[in-house]
Formats: sequence, structure tokens, C-alpha cells
Amino acid sequence: MTAASASRPLTPPRPSRAVLRQGLAVIWSGMRRQRLLSTVAVVGAVLWASATVATAWAIGHVTGTIITPAVTAGSVTSAELWTIFLLLAAVLLVNVVGVILRRVMATMAGFNLQAGDRRKVTRQYLRLPLTWHHAHPSGQLLSNAHSDIEATWQVFNPLPMAIGVVVMLVIAGVQMFVVDPLLAFIGLLVFPGLFAANLVFQRFMSPLITRAQQLRAEVSEVAHESFEAGLVVKAMGREREETDRFRVVTHDLRDSLIAVGRTRGVFEPVIEAIPTLGTLAVIGAGTARVASGDLTAAEVVQVAYLFSILAFPVRALGWVLAEIPRSVVGHRRVDAVLRAGGSMEYGRHEVTGAGPAHSRSDTVEFAYVSQVGREQLGADVDHGSVAAQGPTERVPAIRGVTLDVPAGSTTALVGPTGSGKSTLTNIVLRLVDPDSGTVQLDGIDLREVRRGGVPDVAALVSQQTFMFDDTVLGNVALGTDVTREQVEESLRIARADGFVDHLPHGMDTEIGERGGTLSGGQRQRIALARAIVRRPRMLVLDDATSAVDPSVEQAILKGLREARDGMTVLVVAYRMATITLADHVVYLERGEVVDQGSHAEVLERCSGYADLVNAYSREAAERAALAAEEEGS
Amino acid sequence: MTAPTARREPEGTEGSRIGGSQEMGTLDTLRRGFELSPELRRGLGVTVVLALVATVGRVLIPFVVQQTTDNGIMATGGPDVGFVLTAILLAAGVVLLTSFAQYLVNLRLFKAAESGLATLRMTAFRHIHDLSVLTQSTERRGALVSRVTSDVDTISMFVQFGGLMLLISTAQIVVATTLMVVYSPLLAGVVYLCFLPLVVLIRWFQPMLGRAYGEVRARVGDMLGAISESVVGAVTIRAYGVEERTAARMDAAIEDHRRSAIRAQVRSVLAFVSGQSFAGLTTAVVLVVGTVLAVDGRISLGELLAFLFLVNLFTQPVLMATEILNEMQNAVAGWRRVIGVIDTPADVADPGEEGVDQERGPITVEFEDVAYAYPGGETVLRDVDVTIAPRTRVAIVGETGSGKTTMAKLLTRLMDPTSGRVLLDGVDLRALRFDSLRRRVVMVPQEGFLFDQTLVDNIRFGKPTANDEDVALALTELGLDSWVEGLPHGLQTQVGQRGESLSAGERQLVAIARAYLADPDLLVLDEATSAVDPSTEVRIQRALEGLTRGRTSVAIAHRLSTAEAADTVIVVDQGRVVEEGPHRDLVGRGGVYTAMYASWASQQQEGS
Repeated sequence: MTAASASRPLTPPRPSRAVLRQGLAVIWSGMRRQRLLSTVAVVGAVLWASATVATAWAIGHVTGTIITPAVTAGSVTSAELWTIFLLLAAVLLVNVVGVILRRVMATMAGFNLQAGDRRKVTRQYLRLPLTWHHAHPSGQLLSNAHSDIEATWQVFNPLPMAIGVVVMLVIAGVQMFVVDPLLAFIGLLVFPGLFAANLVFQRFMSPLITRAQQLRAEVSEVAHESFEAGLVVKAMGREREETDRFRVVTHDLRDSLIAVGRTRGVFEPVIEAIPTLGTLAVIGAGTARVASGDLTAAEVVQVAYLFSILAFPVRALGWVLAEIPRSVVGHRRVDAVLRAGGSMEYGRHEVTGAGPAHSRSDTVEFAYVSQVGREQLGADVDHGSVAAQGPTERVPAIRGVTLDVPAGSTTALVGPTGSGKSTLTNIVLRLVDPDSGTVQLDGIDLREVRRGGVPDVAALVSQQTFMFDDTVLGNVALGTDVTREQVEESLRIARADGFVDHLPHGMDTEIGERGGTLSGGQRQRIALARAIVRRPRMLVLDDATSAVDPSVEQAILKGLREARDGMTVLVVAYRMATITLADHVVYLERGEVVDQGSHAEVLERCSGYADLVNAYSREAAERAALAAEEEGS
Repeated sequence: MTAPTARREPEGTEGSRIGGSQEMGTLDTLRRGFELSPELRRGLGVTVVLALVATVGRVLIPFVVQQTTDNGIMATGGPDVGFVLTAILLAAGVVLLTSFAQYLVNLRLFKAAESGLATLRMTAFRHIHDLSVLTQSTERRGALVSRVTSDVDTISMFVQFGGLMLLISTAQIVVATTLMVVYSPLLAGVVYLCFLPLVVLIRWFQPMLGRAYGEVRARVGDMLGAISESVVGAVTIRAYGVEERTAARMDAAIEDHRRSAIRAQVRSVLAFVSGQSFAGLTTAVVLVVGTVLAVDGRISLGELLAFLFLVNLFTQPVLMATEILNEMQNAVAGWRRVIGVIDTPADVADPGEEGVDQERGPITVEFEDVAYAYPGGETVLRDVDVTIAPRTRVAIVGETGSGKTTMAKLLTRLMDPTSGRVLLDGVDLRALRFDSLRRRVVMVPQEGFLFDQTLVDNIRFGKPTANDEDVALALTELGLDSWVEGLPHGLQTQVGQRGESLSAGERQLVAIARAYLADPDLLVLDEATSAVDPSTEVRIQRALEGLTRGRTSVAIAHRLSTAEAADTVIVVDQGRVVEEGPHRDLVGRGGVYTAMYASWASQQQEGS
């Protein structure tokens, strides 16, 4: 939490030669995905560009054909005046329609693309394994789904105008060639100039933007983590230290954005100056041509005028070019998520049995991958994130465990804190795959089971419950097809009916983000009801009543005992009341099964187990003895 | 029947007690925004001068080009090559000067804008931490994050370019107006008459746009909230196979955002196009009226054409200004939300300088007729009159929902009582400085949050000045050294997101070590060992007992082993303190505690 520990070293991303090409590829892919809207937007841009050129033409036309003769004649008819007005209004109408089509359609295309990417990215978040989530801070993932995607498609805002500018340039270019190819050639030298400037710009810009987007993600990460830790920060009075931590990343972001601005600040005036210098070159060369008698003065003026009306719109071209590095970087970061591998493969089998399920895990090994460095999304240009990943290390958590949970049995998994019990339950339910060994449900290897097949059969109530920002009802049902009565019934078994009835709207009360309006014990009971309502054939309870007081815990266990017919139960437990529910006890230490059998057998054979389960009563006895001694003395 | 209730009420109409929707006017928002980011104003004078230089250059160039063509190429008696070359070189010089001035302007603006916004982020971040837990929890974390990230980003476009462009546009409008009046007051009048309806229209469009952009900002917050759920709830979502439902909820939020963003943009396009239409119509009307005037001989044809050039000089900044006003509404929408956070009063506030500073030492706690009710909710604690003597170990017991945790939160001033007082050594908690309070009183909550850092950094959170040896010593004293040795990298083990590489029990061990290292005068444990195995729990309890001797401690526990070890037990039932006294007195009294203890004891007896 010191400032230093918060600021992680950033590997400088390699500058890419191909940013422009990649940027155009991103734009092209976007236009293809939004073909109709893009086409209409381009049509609008063409209309706008034509109307803009036509405005100059129309003013020239009415000046030549109506105004000048009228002034010379000293009289004008209202018909002539109407002609002036209507001609200009007509061009204006085309212009306005063009602008509306161009901007509205481009906006829609851009936001459609953003929404589409957000759907894809969030689907990845749901699909990628938990190990991937461990390596990617939540705040960074939020930033990816928002700011990176926005960065990718923001280029669609100035894009159609830039396309319109290209159209204008083509019209102007053709006119210039008609007037004088040599002048046109000199004028069009502007383009290689723009291109060269842009190339230099992209080269400098993309590493800067990469860093800025990464820092944006880190600002989001620190903020997300720090706000999640709100209670602890307050309870320990560490607001100042947290603010210092946020300051480090915020200032890094500020400096990197200023660096971006410095580069962009050079680029824009340059892009703006080049066409103007081109105009001057045309005039200079044109004057020489007029002097040598190859051209008339009027022709040169016409070309110069064409250039001058382009001066402002050409800036739009600059905006697009300036946006491209951001777009490419955003795209890379999004793409890194979309292409992240290591997803869980599913088979096609159903777990079809009826009645209690049989779970068997054979010589299961599992190690956590602890990452020393930090992955930086899309930092590497070419391929994926392999090179950007820090060194990893495997930490064994489960070592050669064989766990058989017979159908209809209740098995207790007991072991000291950190012995691997939760990890084992995650493996049994295929929340993670073991590194070696097999896990079966009713004799079917879990890897053969279709997606969603395991949750249909087995339900987990984990130690730390997660509540959705929804009603009690919604949190229990989670979209499954159950009746209100069934939800009520399961709330009753979980002994949650009492407090739920007291909520302002009963089951329909919104419980806030993460169930923030409830206590830990209340959340645990709703989580329990969530599992029970599904009538699972196997129920896995991971110390699921730790925050519930003993009398309620007993009532819940009693309810479960009655309801458990037709259910296999695997329960992680510390306390006697829970353990005595079990037919079979498996005692774990440091990821290995040390002993198993009935409670009485293990209690007799295994001293570690006896120490654990008798800790309270032994403590009570010792205290009582001590108290008696004190009183006696 | 259980369709996912994916859509929630728009933020602000429900729940959130953090401000920032529509209450602040545009000008007030800007004023407050500049006040909060003084960097935005710093050196603005020089920037404006440089910007004016750049603008003059930009206006000058077409003028020079025009002069060159009129007096050089079209010069009577053939093109004047010498004049043209001079003019071109001059113009090129102006271009370079303009570009350089523009570069300086860009640089200064970027610096000012980013520095100002960094300050704004920091202020908002700090203030969010200063808000009470209760106020914080009225808004989703994702939405809070958006207030220091994307809401601030929204402002940057405007403060980088918009504000200055608005200024320059105004200057350009003034210059153009002056020139127009000089050329032809009548036509100038015509131009202004044509633009009058636009002023009315802008005044109508602006608030509409403001609302639309405000809606977008709120939808971004909702969207981040929904996405955050899919990331933080990854385990539950997988365990229950509810990916599709979660996806549907996120899609609804994403779609709401898309719609609102498009709606706002379409409105902004309409606002721009109406400005453009007026500009175009103005040109047409000026041409018609000008023709009539020219025919009457009141102006020359040349003057008319020159005037058209001026109209263009006038309409361009006007259009630019409408565009920037649109962008400004976007920025203001973001600004409002950030300012909304900053200006939300911290309801449980540090008394600051006026507060009392207390020396460290044995602590006495008194609850004086304390009651607490959640805002708009029922009373969860009432008539609490309790005194906790120095150097005593107190256990608070009671059923879930009886008000135990509320007592702990009042004691640590995470909340203030609705009535009555909580006193620390005779001083009302509300008068005690936070620095002093947090040094003396530390709470270990049930779910101690861990940061994605190493174990040692997480423990050091309790006392930032501690070194690795201090941390190791604390762990040894708590009897946790062998646990740490069993971890892959010992103290240097990375604990992962929210500490998820550790089990819930292990996270609690870290939280306790953290509080122990903080070494407070009063330690409040709220179910701090609920997920720890019994023998470790007993061991820690003993260690803490030895170490908290001479200190006051308050433990909230379901497991009555804690109560047995305490000097005094406070029994809470339905928001009231019903019994108080040592375990051995209460256990035989035949009240609530007797029943609780019987239930507890029976659980321990089975099988052993």
C-alpha cells in the first residue's frame, strides 16, 4: 500500500510500423460489420461534399448570370431574386440532408460497433476460466469493456467527414487537371506530404497511446479495488494512503496524456499547414505560368480558390489520422481479451441419472499458477499476450487426492484453514479442471459433460457468497423456472424466511449491489436457498453457515437432514454439529487426504482431526478448570 | 415467473444518495468545475493571446491569398511576379508562425487540462472514501469507478479544445460583426435578424442535450455496474450455470447505453444542422437583399461579394460555437456527476481541526441511550446504555440481525447514532478527530478485504510504517508463523484479486494480523474468525488474549467460545441489550444467554 508498491513497472510497448495499415483494417472491418449504416453515411458524406463544392459554384453562377447583369441593367425581377434564393436553398437542402445522413448514420454505426464489442467482450468474461480472472484485475476488465472499446470505435465520428473530404479533393483534383495538369501535379504533392507527416506521427504516437490506455486501465483498477475495500480503508483509517496510491497512477496517466498531447499538438498544426503551403505553391507556380502565357489569370485563381475552400475540411482528415493510433491500441487490447485462450472445453453428454448423484475424483492433482508479473492487455503488437506475460510459477494445492462420494451419502471434508478443501470442491464441480486425474459424476467424466450440465445436477454454496444486484426472489431463482412457493419453501429450509418477511417488500426487495443491505449471515442463508430451490442431486456446502449463529445453524442442518433424501451431500465443515451429519469423514492436510472413515474412526486414529474438532470443548474444559482453580485458591 | 429483472430504475430516482444528475445549472457547473481544478485557469491569459495569434494567422492567410490573386496575378498589365513571390513568402511565414503558435496553444491546453482533471480525479476519489459506508453503498462500485474515470474523461475533450475555441469563436464573431457593420449596417442587420431564431433554438436545445448526455453518463455507470458483477461474481455464475442470465442482464445495460448515446448524438446533430441551416439561409437572404441594394446602387457589386466573404467569416465561428456548446453539455454532464460526488456532504465527517486529539492509553467506552435506525428504515438498536471499562474483554452475542454489528459500527464511528451518544474516554465520538480515533480504535470486519498485492503488504496496511520484520514478529506472536511458512512464497505470496488466492479463513487471518499490527487501544472484532478452523481460532484467541491484556477489546461472535473467554458478555436481542455480565453469571440465569449457550454446548458434545 505504499506508493511504490502500487506503481508497477510498465514494459514499454514496441512501436509498430504498421499502425496505419492496422488502423485502416480496423476501420474497414467496422464498416463491413455495419455495412448498411456505413454505406448510407458515406452517401451522406458524398452529398455533403458535393453540396459544399456546389455552394461555391452556385454563388459564382448566380453572380455571373443574374446579379452582374441586373446591377449593370439597374433592375431586377422578383423571379430572378427567387431564383437566387431557391438555388442556394436547394444546395443547402442537399448539404443538410448530407450532414444528417453522414453524422447520424456514422454515430449509429459507431455505437452499434461499441455495443457489439461489449457483448463479445463480456461473453468472454463469462466464458474464460477462473484462472484467467485471477490474473486480470476487475478494474482493468471494466476499463477494457468501456474505455478500450470506446477508443477503438471513436474514429467513426470524424470518419465520414474525412471520406467526404477525400471526395472533395477528388472533385477539386479533377477540376485542377482539367485546368492545368502541371498545376494540379504541384498541388497534389500535398498528399505525399500529408502521408509522410502521418507516418512519422503514427510511429511516435502508438507507444504513447498504448501506455495511456494501459494507465487508464490501472486508474480504473486502483479505483475499483479501493472502493471495494471501502469498509476496510475506513475501519483502519487509511484514506490518505489510498489517496496516495491513486495519486501515483493518476499522475502517471496525466503525464502520459500530456505526452500524447505534445505529439498530437505538433501533428495537427503540421497537417493543417501542409495544404495551405500547397495553395501558396500553386499560386507561385501559377503566376509563373501566367507570366509565361501558358495559363490565364482566371484559371489560376480558380485552382487557388478550390484549394482554399478545402483548407478547413482537410483538418477532418487530420482528426481521423490522429485517432487511428488510439483506435489500433484499443482494438489490440480488446482483441487480446477476445482471443484469450484456455477456455474450458465442454463435451456433449448429459448427466442423466435420477436420484442422488455419485461423485468420484481419482488421483487428482491441482496447482495454482501464481503469476509473478502482470499481463498487459494487447501490449504486444503481433501475437497475443504470451510475450507480455510475466513469469509464472505453479503452487501445488491438491496432491493426489482420491475422493469418493457415494450416491445418497453425506461426506464431510474436514481440514485446517488453507488445506485445500475449497479447491477440492471447485474441482469436484468442475469450476476448475485438475492438472491430472479424473473427476466423474455418475460415472461420466466431467470433461465429457455439456456446458451447463454440471450445474444442472450439482449446486455449490460457497464460503463467500455472491449476491446479484437484484431482488431476493431473483437471487434465489437465478432465472430457473421455479414457482414463488418453491422459493418460499427453500427460504424456509435455509431459515431465511424470517428476515425476508421483514424486508420492506418481502421476497421482492432489492438487496443492492453484492447484497450490501444484508448481513453476512443473511446472505449465506439466501445462498443456501438458492442451492436448495434447484433440488440438486448433489449439494456441496463449503462452510456455508460460518456467519450464521449456532441455533440457526442447527435449525438449517435439521431442515437439510429432512430434505436431503434424493441428495448427495458434500460438506466442508469445522464444527461438530455439521460433521455429525455426515456418514463419512475425509480429513485433509496440505492438499492431501490424511485419513478417512466414520467420525469415530477418524477421531480415534488421527490426532490432527481430533485436535481440530475438539478444539472448542477442550478449550471450554480448560477454561472451566482454570476458573475452578481461581475460585478454589 | 422469474424473468430476470435486468432493468433497474434509472439511477438517481432510487437509492443513490450521491448527487449529480440534473440539479446544477450549466454555468454553476462550469464555475464549480473551474474552482475544483484551478490548473485549468493557470496561465490561461498567455494561452488566449497565443490562440488569438493563431486565429489571426488563420484569418490572414485567405486574405493574403485573395490579395495575391487580386493584385498580383490579376494585376492590371499582367501578373506581377515579384509581388506574388513576396506575398507568398510572407504568407508562408505567417503559416509557420500560426502553426507554431497553435502548437504552443495545444501544449499548454493539454498540460492545463490534464493537470486539472488529475486534480479533479484525486479530489473525487478522496471524497468517495470520506463518505460514510452507508452513503457509499447506495451506489454500485462500478458506477463510483465511472465517476473518477469515464466521467472525468468526458470533460477532457471540452477543456482541451472546447473552452478555448468558444472564446476564440466569440472573438471572431465580434471581429466579423464589426467588419460587417463597417461594410453595410443594413446587411449586418439582415444577418443578425436571420440568426435571431437560432439563439432561441439553442436555448431550447441546450437543456435537452444536457438531459440526454446526463442520461448517457448514468447509463455508463449502470453498464459498468452490470459488467463488474460478471467479473466479481465469476465463481457463482459458473457454479450455477447462469451465464446466459448474466449475459442478458449485461446486454440490457449495454443496450440502454447504446440507445441513450445514440439519442444524445442525434440531438446534437439536429442542433448542429439547425445552425447550419440558418447559416445557409442567411447567405441566400444576404445575396437576395444585397442584389436589391446593388441594383439600387446603394452598394457596389464588389462590396456585396466582399460582404459574402464576411458572412462566411461570421457563420463559421457561430457554427463552431453551437458545436462546442453541444460538446459542452456532454462535458457538463460528466462534470455534474464528479461534482455531485465531491459536493455530497460527508455525513460521518471528521471534525478536523476543531476536533479533540486523545492520547493513547486504556480506553473507556460508553453508550449513552443510543438508538439507531437506517435512513427511512426501522429502528435496529434502541435504549442502549452500556459502559465498557478499560482493560476488559467484552463479547457481544445475539442472534443474526439482533443489532450486534450495528453496535460495532457505532463504536468505530462507521455510522453515527440516530439518538444518544457514544463516548470514548468521555468524549463524544463525533468530536474526536479521525486521526486520533483510527489510531485508538480498529475494527476487523467479517469479510476483511485484501488487496491484490503481497501478503506482507496486506498486513502492513494496518501500519504503513512497519517493516517486514515487524510483520513477521506480529505473525509469530499470533501463532500464525507456521501457516505463513506453508505458503508458496511466505510473506511475499501474492494474494490475488480481492485475496482470492487465499481461502476465506486465510483472508480472515490476514485481517486479524493487520489489525494486530495496527496496535489499537480498542480492538473490535466483528465475526473476525468465523471461517477459521476451530483449533486455529482457539489459538488466535489465546494469543490475542495475552496480547490484548491491558487493552480493551470487543468481540462479536456466534461461537460462544469467545463469550466464555470474555470478562463480560453483552447479550443483544431484537435491538436491545437484554443481559450483561460474565459468562459464568449469565449461563445459569435462565435467560436468552442460557438458551443460546445450551444450544452451542450441545453442538460441541456430539460425538466427542
